[in-house]
Amino acid sequence: MTQQTARTTAATAIDRMRLGPQPGEVIDRSATFRFRWNGREYPAHPGDTIVSALAAAGERVFSRSYKYHRPRGVLTASYLDPGAMVQVGDEPNVRGAHRLVEAGMDVRSQNTWPSLRFDVKAVNGLAGRFLSTGFYYKTFIKPERLWPAYEKVLQRFVHAGQVSPDTPHGYYDKRYAHPDVLVAGGGPAGLSAAVAAARAGAQVMLVEEEHQLGGHLRWGGEADLALLSELTGLVAATPGIEVLTDSVVLGRYDDNWVAVVQRNLPGVGERLIKARAKTIVAAPGLIERPYVFDGNDTPGVMLSTAVRRLINLHAVRPGRRAVVLSANADGDTAAADLARVGVDVARVVDARTGGDVVRALGRKNLRAVELGDGSTVECDLLVTATGWTAPTSLLNMSGDKPVYDPRAARFVPDPSQLPDDMLPAGGIAGDGTVAQLVDHADAVGRKAARRAAGTAAGWHATVPTRRDTDKADTVQDRDDEVEVPELEMAAHPEMFRAATHGIVDFSEDVSSKDLHAAVKEGYGSVELVKRYTTATMGPPQGKLETVNTVAIVAEATGSTVAQTGTTTWRPPYAPVTLGALAGRIFEPVRYSPMQPWHEAHSAAPLVAGQWIRPDHYGDPDAEVRAVREGVGIIDVTPIGKLDLRGPDVAKLLNLLYVNKWSKLGIGRVRYGVMCADDGVVMDDGVTGRLGAEHYLMSTTSSGAAAVWEWVENWLQTEHPEWDVHVTPVTTAYASINVAGPRSRELVGRLAEGVDLDPETFGYMQVRTGTVAGVEDCVLWRIGFTGELSYELHVPAAHGLHVWEALAEAGSDLGVAAFGVEAQRILRLEKGHLIVGQDTDGLTQAYSAGLDWAIKLDKDDFVGKPELAWQAQHADYPKLVGLQPVDPAVVPPEASQIITETCSQGRSINPETCSQGRSINTPGSRIAGRITSSRHSPTLGRAICLGQLEPALATPGTEVTVRLPDGRDITARVTEHLAAVDPEGHRQHVVSGDASDDSHRHSRGAARSPIAPAEPRDEVHGWEVSARRSTAELTISDATPLAKIAVRAPVGGAMQQALGVPFGRMARDRDGALVIGSGPGEWLVLAPAGTGASTRQRLEGAADGLDEFATVTDLTHGRALMRLCGARSADLLAKVCGVDLSDAVTPEGAAFRTSVARLVTDVVRDDSGTAPGYLLHCERSSGQYLFDALLDAGAEFGIEIDGFSTAGI
Amino acid sequence: MMLLPCPWCGPRNVSEFRYAGEAGTRPEPGQATPEQWRRYLYFHTNPAGWVRESWYHGAGCRRYFPLERHTVSNETRATGESR
Ligand SMILES: [Zn+2]
Repeated sequence: MTQQTARTTAATAIDRMRLGPQPGEVIDRSATFRFRWNGREYPAHPGDTIVSALAAAGERVFSRSYKYHRPRGVLTASYLDPGAMVQVGDEPNVRGAHRLVEAGMDVRSQNTWPSLRFDVKAVNGLAGRFLSTGFYYKTFIKPERLWPAYEKVLQRFVHAGQVSPDTPHGYYDKRYAHPDVLVAGGGPAGLSAAVAAARAGAQVMLVEEEHQLGGHLRWGGEADLALLSELTGLVAATPGIEVLTDSVVLGRYDDNWVAVVQRNLPGVGERLIKARAKTIVAAPGLIERPYVFDGNDTPGVMLSTAVRRLINLHAVRPGRRAVVLSANADGDTAAADLARVGVDVARVVDARTGGDVVRALGRKNLRAVELGDGSTVECDLLVTATGWTAPTSLLNMSGDKPVYDPRAARFVPDPSQLPDDMLPAGGIAGDGTVAQLVDHADAVGRKAARRAAGTAAGWHATVPTRRDTDKADTVQDRDDEVEVPELEMAAHPEMFRAATHGIVDFSEDVSSKDLHAAVKEGYGSVELVKRYTTATMGPPQGKLETVNTVAIVAEATGSTVAQTGTTTWRPPYAPVTLGALAGRIFEPVRYSPMQPWHEAHSAAPLVAGQWIRPDHYGDPDAEVRAVREGVGIIDVTPIGKLDLRGPDVAKLLNLLYVNKWSKLGIGRVRYGVMCADDGVVMDDGVTGRLGAEHYLMSTTSSGAAAVWEWVENWLQTEHPEWDVHVTPVTTAYASINVAGPRSRELVGRLAEGVDLDPETFGYMQVRTGTVAGVEDCVLWRIGFTGELSYELHVPAAHGLHVWEALAEAGSDLGVAAFGVEAQRILRLEKGHLIVGQDTDGLTQAYSAGLDWAIKLDKDDFVGKPELAWQAQHADYPKLVGLQPVDPAVVPPEASQIITETCSQGRSINPETCSQGRSINTPGSRIAGRITSSRHSPTLGRAICLGQLEPALATPGTEVTVRLPDGRDITARVTEHLAAVDPEGHRQHVVSGDASDDSHRHSRGAARSPIAPAEPRDEVHGWEVSARRSTAELTISDATPLAKIAVRAPVGGAMQQALGVPFGRMARDRDGALVIGSGPGEWLVLAPAGTGASTRQRLEGAADGLDEFATVTDLTHGRALMRLCGARSADLLAKVCGVDLSDAVTPEGAAFRTSVARLVTDVVRDDSGTAPGYLLHCERSSGQYLFDALLDAGAEFGIEIDGFSTAGI
Repeated sequence: MMLLPCPWCGPRNVSEFRYAGEAGTRPEPGQATPEQWRRYLYFHTNPAGWVRESWYHGAGCRRYFPLERHTVSNETRATGESR
């Protein structure tokens, strides 16, 4: 055929199978557009699926089968259709019988090479008898070295489309939902249940996999269509039903946690809905089962539902001359539908009276059918209606095991195993007329609503966020259960396989012969047969083929279907993109207030946990020299800081630290080490005593969160009688370490009211005072770097100002900013350990060189029994200083220190010796490791710390260090851990004049962690945005508000005075907003600039009370933002898993939860009729949370509004 | 995602909590023998059934509370002396 004639033929073929208008059709004939199929143009109407448009044009082959590359056409005309997987643009594996076709769509066939019409791989089909059961397992296993070559061959045959690496990243969405009743399936039963549940007062989420509601009513006759319009009308008219079409329930998990994927959204790839449903109504309907016989996959062999969908939904003529094999009413209706639209129904074979088919004849197209009575009928369409599969997935995921009912020829749920929160309705529950099924579902819907109300009442009784007036309203009479009518199971012939063998799994190309062969080879269990043959493992995931597989395994093993049992239905019910599962990525990050300076000075960022820190500013060695010779400043804001208040703090410190704390005087600082109960070093840091009952504890940056939880655990569970309040203030302070011989001089130029004289402000002391005009700074004289140094803790909103003032005031001193890398070198030179680097999860305190700190004469401290044991049994590894003999070689951290095995000498514990692990060299074993190593700019040589067996730890011992490249070097154990200034002289260096206090400093405007949107203004000493937005939904930064934390006993006098319980918020007489943020914990928000007066007012209130109450100003430690607008709850539901409905979190609710993976205080604070929320988080994550909310709000048109001075 | 019944906040997603171990009594460190001490540190009953656990509501009220959980079904029940 020439190209010219081909084109003419195609043109005349277009739309030749399209029928005239059908009563229930879903296509819009008023519009026609074109799309491409394998490069050729086709017409389509809106509402057409890819397959219906192609079928209307007369196309019958859409793919080639997996193994044998047989041509495949329509089988189910639904999402599950195994022959209709196509590639759309760069998207592979699109369900062509489900996806709506769009103008200009570029659709291609998959698994065909070089073309759909001529497929060379179809030779597999000819060689079919050689592709035996388990072919892929058997053929490609040995020899193993050929596997890469096998892979290349197999890739050619994979039945999947092409993924393009150039595909741009899609935007995927996520949200949380809290329906009372989730109805899975929008057929007549689902619609009826949804309406009944909503009428009973439930919030309903109705999820339908197809594009329209209605299920099989849509392809039914006049009565069905009338019912369809009645039910969908009720759904639309009943408030409280959220309808999701083209959406599917993927799975049900613990406590009815349900994953729903929503497709077909504008601008969004897919959206994953995480729903917590109080009850679920499972109404997925029934799936028609294919029949197994020779040639059952020939294009033109279709299920009765496929034929009815094509005719009634898409007005497509499925064929010209048909044979119908019918075992039920739906088969009969299909025959009637065919006759009605003018298809020549050559024969209706009634399976109920023994009729059967033997084989289908034809290759690319059905030619004729050989029947059980011996006759052969020419036809191009064979319709089978041989039974149903109940997709019981959701029930199985709730713990139900379906049982086989031979009379009905399908698996049915076992109601005795169903939990109360899972109710089946519709076809999976039983049979009956549509009216009976609708009545049944109506009762199920009411019952589901009732049970949901019972669950809600239980939950509502335990949430603290509801108003007192909300308390009683949901408690209902739970005993008043709804009577649900019984559904009969209708008799149905058991029809799985004809007298011939055919395809069982159309996706995996598994035939009934293969299943028999597998059983013959000894695979008797259906679970094993499934894995061996891959039957049920293709894209429909068993929905079409499981029951046939079970039945054929049963026949091959000589048992019954019931005895054979079914395979397990697992989530996901339908395929989901990885994009949808990943959703928008939430990775909270934390920044110090000095981040803008670091960025402006090209700091190399270091990701340390959530913190982004400057690693260095170009030359870490130069930064080290600047500190050793002059002065440097480092941003150490991430150091964990806990504010400890109360009369029993010393007791707490004595319990948690290995050293003694009872005698720490006011103004003193002490280094402390914390161990776990097993004696393993957990954290270290310095703690200073600021006042009689006020301490500031510092922790490692990475250990901050864990130490806080640790401290709370001991206070809450072991010593609730101790009066101690712990408040994390890590980001309330910007922390700056000023280090170097000239640090006193530099600090002296900025400090006011602090005497820096080394005699009065000695090493390991603490003072409070004003720095660069900023009041309430805490100054610690400590020395991680080994140099004279002052650690300044500055109220965070002024951190950047103080940092800039230091850089400016010290310019003539050559002040240099130094980063984490220089600090690591400096501390290594000084021999200071880092917990977690020089120790690991097994390092007890004596192995960390901390002997001097451990006080075993204390009555008790956490870790004492194990440390006492360790002290008695001296055979433990030691932390030592090491210097490579070759000063130029820096062994990488984690390099192993090796030694000969015991037979060759040293006296080593024989027990450890017998366990010695060989490291490639016979006769050697690991004796330790390098934990830290750097080139020291001060000494001009390599220096290390390491963990070493005690026998090798004596100073002067030479040990062998194995480098990663296999070379061995020698290193010598040093006298001290410190390589620089082991005597500690440099702490006491006196240089420069520290009393230069010639000018007063202005502190400048306080800064929020959230960069203000232009234009900017200054309000009450804070830099704020003056932008004004009139958008429906706005977000504004409210960080300047004063934020005062109050701690007092739950239900005590202070709570009485504040007038707000945990979980609620109220405005007080003074115009402050009092939030019950935790049990015995309140947050008071007051106008910007009133922090000090509000604190004093609250302290005054606490003073007169006979209970332990404390007040802490957290204005600088937290970020605060406000969402305002009708859609603010919808926005928040995308990032927050708590139920935001009025029933759970009404106006005035206060709760702490995870928002965009960040622990956040949320306060429902409506303004007038517009709902609103205040969100309150750690200051350092303020910008992150603000940005996350802006992103989530984009679809609602969110805008930034500036700071409002009009009260709170 | 199972729900945990926080005695302070009501039911919340388990991802808001941190499991703080099987609840047990810390022996008196001064009196316990090394064997008793190590039994406390390292031995857990881990039954297939009800177990008494300690949980920390880190993304909520920040309280530790005891909870009984069935390790097979994940059913939970309050201990009645949580708060
Ligand atoms: Zn809680």
